[in-house]
Amino acid sequence: MEIPETIKKKLTLPADEHFYAGHTACQGCGASLGLRYVLKAYGRKTIVTIPACCSTIIAGAWPYSTLDANLFHTAFETTGAVMGGIEAALKAMGYKVKGEDGIMVVGWAGDGGTADIGLQALSGFLERGHDAVYIMYDNEAYMNTGIQRSGSTPYGAWTTNTPGGKRHFLEKRHKKKVIDIVIAHEIPYAATASVAYPEDFIRKLKTAQKTPGPSFIQLFSPCPTGWRSPTDKSIEIARLAVQTAYFPLFEYKDGKYKINMPNPKKEPKPIEEFLKYQGRFKYMTKEDIEILQAWVNHEWEKLKKLAEVFG
Amino acid sequence: MEYKPIRKVVSGNYAAAYAVKDARVQVVAAYPITPQTSIIEKIAEFLANGEVENLQYVPVESEHSAMAATIGASATGARAFTATSAQGLALMHEMLHWAAGARLPIVMVDVNRAMAPPWSVWDDQTDSLAQRDTGWMQFYAENNQEVYDGVLMAFKIAETVNVPAMVVESAFILSHTYDVVEMIPQELVDEFLPPRKPLYTLTNFDNPISVGALATPADYYEFRYKLAKAHEKAKKVIKEVGKEFGEMFGRDYSQMIELYRTDDADFVFMGMGSLMGTVKQAVDILREEGYKVGAAKVRWFRPFPKEELYELAKNVQGIAVLDRNFSFGQEGILFTEAKGALYNTGAKPLMKNYIVGLGGRDFTVNDVRKIADNMKAVIEKGEIDVEVDWYHLKR
Repeated sequence: MEIPETIKKKLTLPADEHFYAGHTACQGCGASLGLRYVLKAYGRKTIVTIPACCSTIIAGAWPYSTLDANLFHTAFETTGAVMGGIEAALKAMGYKVKGEDGIMVVGWAGDGGTADIGLQALSGFLERGHDAVYIMYDNEAYMNTGIQRSGSTPYGAWTTNTPGGKRHFLEKRHKKKVIDIVIAHEIPYAATASVAYPEDFIRKLKTAQKTPGPSFIQLFSPCPTGWRSPTDKSIEIARLAVQTAYFPLFEYKDGKYKINMPNPKKEPKPIEEFLKYQGRFKYMTKEDIEILQAWVNHEWEKLKKLAEVFG
Repeated sequence: MEYKPIRKVVSGNYAAAYAVKDARVQVVAAYPITPQTSIIEKIAEFLANGEVENLQYVPVESEHSAMAATIGASATGARAFTATSAQGLALMHEMLHWAAGARLPIVMVDVNRAMAPPWSVWDDQTDSLAQRDTGWMQFYAENNQEVYDGVLMAFKIAETVNVPAMVVESAFILSHTYDVVEMIPQELVDEFLPPRKPLYTLTNFDNPISVGALATPADYYEFRYKLAKAHEKAKKVIKEVGKEFGEMFGRDYSQMIELYRTDDADFVFMGMGSLMGTVKQAVDILREEGYKVGAAKVRWFRPFPKEELYELAKNVQGIAVLDRNFSFGQEGILFTEAKGALYNTGAKPLMKNYIVGLGGRDFTVNDVRKIADNMKAVIEKGEIDVEVDWYHLKR
């Protein structure tokens, strides 16, 4: 449907649509929404590298595709490397890459393909300085294989290989801070984003587009199937992740940190608010919640300090 | 333009690097591994000296990523190259399937090196032969000239059938040994190997494509069949390109198995790669000594030249298969392949397997003579003494 110009001017997100109906994502899938925003921001002149993950399936089986962009599906651990090869080829062939009118080379990988098996290729991609954007859509477990823990799974979460019992759960480790590992590479631009704040996400995608060199965005993407949450609560959960400072929104640009919380003056809500709709946290005891809250507080204070010192 | 070769004294690795330069490769993604390193060093040197234009060199963090980046480049539409050896090739294994399955005409040089443990940096073909079922074509070079020629031909063949190709050379025996190589002036290489014209690229933004998407059981089977048919087609293309190369530059590669003095031979030595240079020299000496022997050098292991093997096998009494490799629990890999290929043909020469030169063990003219004596006795007796002969074993 054609959107009238008068309405278009009022829209806070690009009207362009490159993610079509008929996709095979679950109801309430945060990742599919995220990918839709990516293509809204970058349009068709985009080459997306997708490793083994939910999005392999979401795009649909051959010969169909729900995504109106060039896609290269690749092996689990290779997103960073394949993007590097694509970018190098485009340059060798004389194309303009990145920038407002250049071809966008995008990596779209889940948390397992980024934090775990793909970490080496991500590191290589970052340190070599390719003009491309790597987006990690973080649903905090291996969802495509049936909800197993990844390095990005938080403390206290049930997964099928860290199951909960009456007395305890198995996931005793805190979420791996991939964004901190990325920033340690001192790339030009890195940011966190959330599907609950699409304007913020699209602004960050645009910043990544304009910034030469490698960019990285970690996108918080709820998974109702894996999180055992109601399918109509995904956005609310994603919003609470930000409001509780469990997943704060911030940017790292040219060595400077900038926190971009929706209500900067408000104190974060207690972590229980984030946990409440999610069945994956039901095995947590009061002590467990305190442990998670302490981690959130610690990381939040650290981030505020970084923004204060390197803001 | 009249062909006047440019003669250079180069190592096998430098021959490979010069071929990459002359083929106007656009992307090289590589990781260093002994004894492959001097290939990628030389390419980097070309780049540093401004001797190549429009080449992007991606110094990746592993061989797995080297192949992944090469795949990304090739899918985008560029002519892409990498090189590796042994452990590096093994690390790439998953992505070799990806390159062939996505029908990307990548060319890679593998410097044959024995697999660890125990650590070895010396020659052995088990690394490349372990990649047999990945869907890659495999060309085994006998000398530095064949490394250079092989890379140029491999690009042309790969880009015609959309199947990746591996050019294989021996560790140190070729990679680090200098010899005269006749190189081809750029204008004539360009004539032989014009720029790549890919069927599909990731740069058509009016009609976007998906490469490597999920295929259900309703379709996967047909993808495999098409790759199988591409290998069948490659046999024809290999012969045509080999003939064209011969007509243009005087070195004919139209035979997938190079036959050397086999016309009236009672039995032949069959093998692949640099050891066949030794064998051919030995054949000349043995002929003078009264042995009626010849050599059959298998140039292309994939696709496997079944038909050419049959033509040879029906005219000889015996084939001594020399394998610089081994498949544990069975026998030399070329031996298995050759026997299997002949089973339904009616050609039944006596075939014996000699395991030679593993991990860089010297293989000399005198060794060929000893094998000839043994093979002669086998043929006279009309039966095999031992099917798989670990020829060098210290007893």
